[in-house]
Amino acid sequence: MAKIAPFSERQELLRVNAVDKVFPGDVQALRAMSLTVREGDFISLLGPSGCGKSTALRLIAGLSAPTSGRIEWAKTRAQGDLGVVFQEPTLMPWATVAQNVYLPFRLEGQPYNAVKDNVLEALKLVGLDKFQNAYPRELSGGMKMRVSIARAMVTQPELILMDEPFAALDEITRFKLNNDLLEMQARIGCTVIFVTHSVFESVFLSDRIVVMAARPGRVIEELHVDAPYPRNENFRTSAEYAAHCRAASQALELAMEAAA
Amino acid sequence: MSVADLNNQSAPTKAPTVDAEEARRARRRRIEKTARWLLPLLVMALMIWVWDRIVVWNEIPHFILPSPGRVWGSLTGDWAILWDSALLTGRITLMALAIAVIGGAGLAILFNQNKMVELSLYPYAVILQVTPVVAIAPLIFIYVESKTVGMLLCAWLVAFFPVLSSTTLGLNSVDHNLRDLFRIYGATRWQRLWMLQLPSALPYFLGGLKIAGGLSLIGAVVAELVAGTGGVGTGLAFRIQEAGYRLNIARMFAALAIVAAMGVFIFAALSLLSHMLLRKWHESAIKREH
Ligand SMILES: Nc1ncnc2c1ncn2[C@@H]1O[C@H](COP(=O)(O)OP(=O)(O)OP(=O)(O)O)[C@@H](O)[C@H]1O
Ligand SMILES: [Mg+2]
Repeated sequence: MAKIAPFSERQELLRVNAVDKVFPGDVQALRAMSLTVREGDFISLLGPSGCGKSTALRLIAGLSAPTSGRIEWAKTRAQGDLGVVFQEPTLMPWATVAQNVYLPFRLEGQPYNAVKDNVLEALKLVGLDKFQNAYPRELSGGMKMRVSIARAMVTQPELILMDEPFAALDEITRFKLNNDLLEMQARIGCTVIFVTHSVFESVFLSDRIVVMAARPGRVIEELHVDAPYPRNENFRTSAEYAAHCRAASQALELAMEAAA
Repeated sequence: MSVADLNNQSAPTKAPTVDAEEARRARRRRIEKTARWLLPLLVMALMIWVWDRIVVWNEIPHFILPSPGRVWGSLTGDWAILWDSALLTGRITLMALAIAVIGGAGLAILFNQNKMVELSLYPYAVILQVTPVVAIAPLIFIYVESKTVGMLLCAWLVAFFPVLSSTTLGLNSVDHNLRDLFRIYGATRWQRLWMLQLPSALPYFLGGLKIAGGLSLIGAVVAELVAGTGGVGTGLAFRIQEAGYRLNIARMFAALAIVAAMGVFIFAALSLLSHMLLRKWHESAIKREH
C-alpha cells in the first residue's frame, strides 16, 4: 500500500455530509455532522461521553444508516477495505491467535495457506508472532488488544476505525501501544479514525482532532496538529505537544459548556 | 526500532524455588485430590456397615430389608438377567438422548434462523415440557404400536427441552461486537451460524446435554414402568417392578443400584466430553489457583 502522502497532497477518501442520526425516543445522537477524511489522515474524535462518537463510527462502518445526510465514499469499496478495533479486544475465545487474525480472510473464503504469510506478518507487526498458537485467555489485556489490531490490519485496509481501543488499559501499556500504532500506520499507510476520551492520546496520535459536544452530538471544532511524524517520546515531552494539548483541552471545555 | 523489538514478551522464566505459600497450596491441592474419591468411598462403606448392623441386630427379615450381603448376592447371582435388562434400558436411554440432542439442537437452530417458526412452535415445546411425562405416557402407548418407539418418544419428551432451551440461549448470546465484526466483513448467514453462533453456543449446549443425559434415563425408566409387562418390557424398571411383586427385595435393590450406576456413568461421560471440548478455551475449564 502507498506511503502516507504529505498533508496537503492527500486524496479524499470519504465525506460525512450533514449527517443526522436520531434514535427511537427522539435521542438526537448526531446533528449535522460533516467531516472530510483523506487518505493517510489520522483523525481523532474527541468528546465527552454520549456525544455520538461511537454512533459516528458505526455509521461510517455501515453498521447503521444515517437518519438524514449521506456518507460518501470516493470509490467503491471491497470486503476487507475496512478494519475495526473495538474497546474490548473482541476475539473469538475458541480460536487461537492466528485463527483470530485469519478471520477476515476466512470470511472472504481464502484458504489459510494462501494468506498464512499475511497473518504471520500482521502478528509480527504487533510483536506476537511467538503467540500464534495461544488462546486468547492465555494473553494479557494489552496482548489481546494487539491481536485485535493485527486482525484489523491484516487485510491492509484503507481505513481503520478504532473505538477507544486503549481505554481499558493501564497508562504504561497505553503509551506503548500508542507508539506502536503510529509505527504500524506508517508501515501499512492506512487512514485511521480513532475515538478517545483522552486529550493527550488524541494529540500524540492524530494530525486532526475533531472535538465534539453532546446533546445533540455535533462537531464543535477541528484542530490541526501539524507536528511531523514519526512521533516518539521526544514529542510527548516537547513544548509543542503541551501547546497542542492546551488547545485541545480548551476546545473540549468549550464542548462541555456547550452541552450544559 | 521495530515494533517487535519493543515487545519483550519472551517465555516466562521459571522461578527457581517455590515459596512457602505455594508449597502449602500444592499440598492442600494434593490432599483434596485424594479426598475427592476417598471420602465418598468411606461414607459408602460406613453406610453399608450401618445398614448391615441394623438388619442383623434387629433380625429384620430379608423380604422387608435384605442385608447388603444379600443384595450383593442378588447382584452377582442374577447378573445375567440384570445385565440384559441394563443393556435394554441403556440402549433406550442413549437412543433417546441422541434424538433429544438432534431434535433439541436442530429445533434451536431452526428457531434461531427463522423467527416466525420460533414464534409458532415455541409455546408447544413449553407445553410438552411442562406436562408430566407419566401423564402423557399411557396415551402414547395407546397410539404407538411399537413399545420401543413409545419408550423412545417418552424419554425424548423429557430430555429434549433442556437441549433446546440452552442451545437457543447460546445461539443468542453471541458477543455483539463480534456480530458487528462479522457484518463488516460481509459474512453470510451460514458463516455467521457456523463460525460464530455455534461455537458461542457450545458451552450452553453442553450444559443442557448434561441435564438431558440424566433426564433421558428418567424418561426411559418411567416409560418402561408405564409400558408394563407386555412386549419388550424387560428393562431394569420392569425388573424392579417384577421383583417387587415377588417380594424379592434384594433384587429390587440390586436393579436400583445398577440404574443409579448408569446415571452416574452417563453424567461422568458427558462431563468428560464437555471438559474435552472446552478445556482449551472456555473459562469453566480453567483451574483457578485461589
Ligand atoms: N442503539 C441506540 N438506541 C438508542 N439510543 C442510542 C443508541 N446508541 C446510542 N444511543 C444514544 O446516542 C447518544 C450517543 O451515543 P454514543 O454511544 O455514540 O456516544 P459516545 O460518544 O460513543 O459515548 P461514550 O464516550 O460514552 O462511548 C447517547 O445519548 C446514547 O444514549
Ligand atoms: Mg462510545
